[in-house]
Amino acid sequence: MLNTILFDIGTGAGIAALGAGVAALGAGVGIGRIGGSALESIARQPEASGDIRANMILTAALVEGAAFFAMVVGLLLVLKAN
Amino acid sequence: MCSFAPEFQETDLSHSQMASQSINYRNSARQIVLFFALLAFSMPVFAYEPEEGLKREPANKSENATAMAGAEDEAAINYLEPQSEPETFDAGKMILHHIADEHSWHIVGHLSVPLPVILYTDKGFEVFMSSRFNDEHHNTIAYEGKLYTYALVEGHIHAIDPVQGTIIEGVSILDISITKNVLTMLIVFGLMLWMFTSIAKAYTRRPGQAPKGLQSFMEPIIMFVRDDVAKASIGEKKYERYMPYLLTAFFFIWISNMLGLIPFLPGGANLTGNIAVTATLAVFTFIITTLSGNAHYWRHMLAMPGVPVGILVLLTPIEILGMFLRPFVLMIRLFANISAGHIIALAFFSLIFVFGKNGDSLGAGLGIAVVSVAFTIFMMVMELLVAFLQAYVFTLLSAIYIGSAVEEGHHEEHHADHAHAH
Repeated sequence: MLNTILFDIGTGAGIAALGAGVAALGAGVGIGRIGGSALESIARQPEASGDIRANMILTAALVEGAAFFAMVVGLLLVLKAN
Repeated sequence: MCSFAPEFQETDLSHSQMASQSINYRNSARQIVLFFALLAFSMPVFAYEPEEGLKREPANKSENATAMAGAEDEAAINYLEPQSEPETFDAGKMILHHIADEHSWHIVGHLSVPLPVILYTDKGFEVFMSSRFNDEHHNTIAYEGKLYTYALVEGHIHAIDPVQGTIIEGVSILDISITKNVLTMLIVFGLMLWMFTSIAKAYTRRPGQAPKGLQSFMEPIIMFVRDDVAKASIGEKKYERYMPYLLTAFFFIWISNMLGLIPFLPGGANLTGNIAVTATLAVFTFIITTLSGNAHYWRHMLAMPGVPVGILVLLTPIEILGMFLRPFVLMIRLFANISAGHIIALAFFSLIFVFGKNGDSLGAGLGIAVVSVAFTIFMMVMELLVAFLQAYVFTLLSAIYIGSAVEEGHHEEHHADHAHAH
């Protein structure tokens, strides 16, 4: 089934999907590191958890923004390829 | 996030002090002006047209159209003939159709609520209901209006030739219809006006008392926006000026996101996943940031003190680019997050039809339905969080940008504000 899907969407869209995947990989690593570090710092200093959580969400949103750029570019390429 | 309990007394007091009659009249006048301003801003929402709209061919071309086809085959489709829906299921098309805006509000099967179509053509205004585009067999047909004959092509209205049924090029039609997204926006406006006027009234009617009902539900959220967003990032001294905008943006985005999660009538529109809506919100943040920028902000933006001229040549363009990039990223983030949520839910449901092969293998379809419904419920719970989180992130980033614009030169004072707010 995977093969039929891959053949269906064609080369241009396939590469766009690959690009979106790579961007998701990068964002996943980034957000994972943010979450891990935030948990460590909360464990070390539980009284600062509110501050740390707000900054964690903010930084995660910034990383996510980069991933969404890639996703939107990929989506536009897919729409153009069709 | 933070505890809200100790702060209740403080708001109650400040609200009871404000409860004089003259302020009430001024507030209601301001509300009416704000309502019409939002209404006016809601109009350009449908100026957004994906560019590929015309290039793609409709699924069923009539035989003679194919015969005539050559270089310009999409121009040869006769839109006067009824266009029936394609029989085969195309997941990509279905998903894109569902996250886009519509001229009617689809409920179930062939049942949909018609919405008014308002067109401003080069010959004048034309108003009719969107049900005119459907015949009794639920096919899409052309509508012969007073000024032109119109056809609905891929969700966009075009003027067509009344004899040949081809699209007339060069006719400017400005579509300012009350579409699904506009109606959702009006519902959100109504909901917000009702919610916040009733909450404000409760503070003046029962001053100094503990909050009750809707008021006690909303107060912690309003306090959260005030303390953790506005005060923390703009500062104790100047945050009050920006509270109306931040609260409006927060609740508009949040309520729209939540309405988008409801799959049936009052919701289901992808309002905050429409790039024109998020662009309008981001432009508001940009205008407010730019207009409230003080000398310190502009000095750091255009010519940072203590930076050599050689580096300034490089740094100033980057800073100016960054000034425009920040609202752009605000726009993309909200649009992509909310659209992605809708796409995921629709993709899980498409799986049922892909595996069921349009009803040919019912067992596989039913089997996968169990899995996809479970996954969709899981994603919906995630989306409840995302709906709040995106409203929070948009408001927080707006507040941080505004905060950077109004920040004074003394950095110690700013840090003191930060420490106090938490």
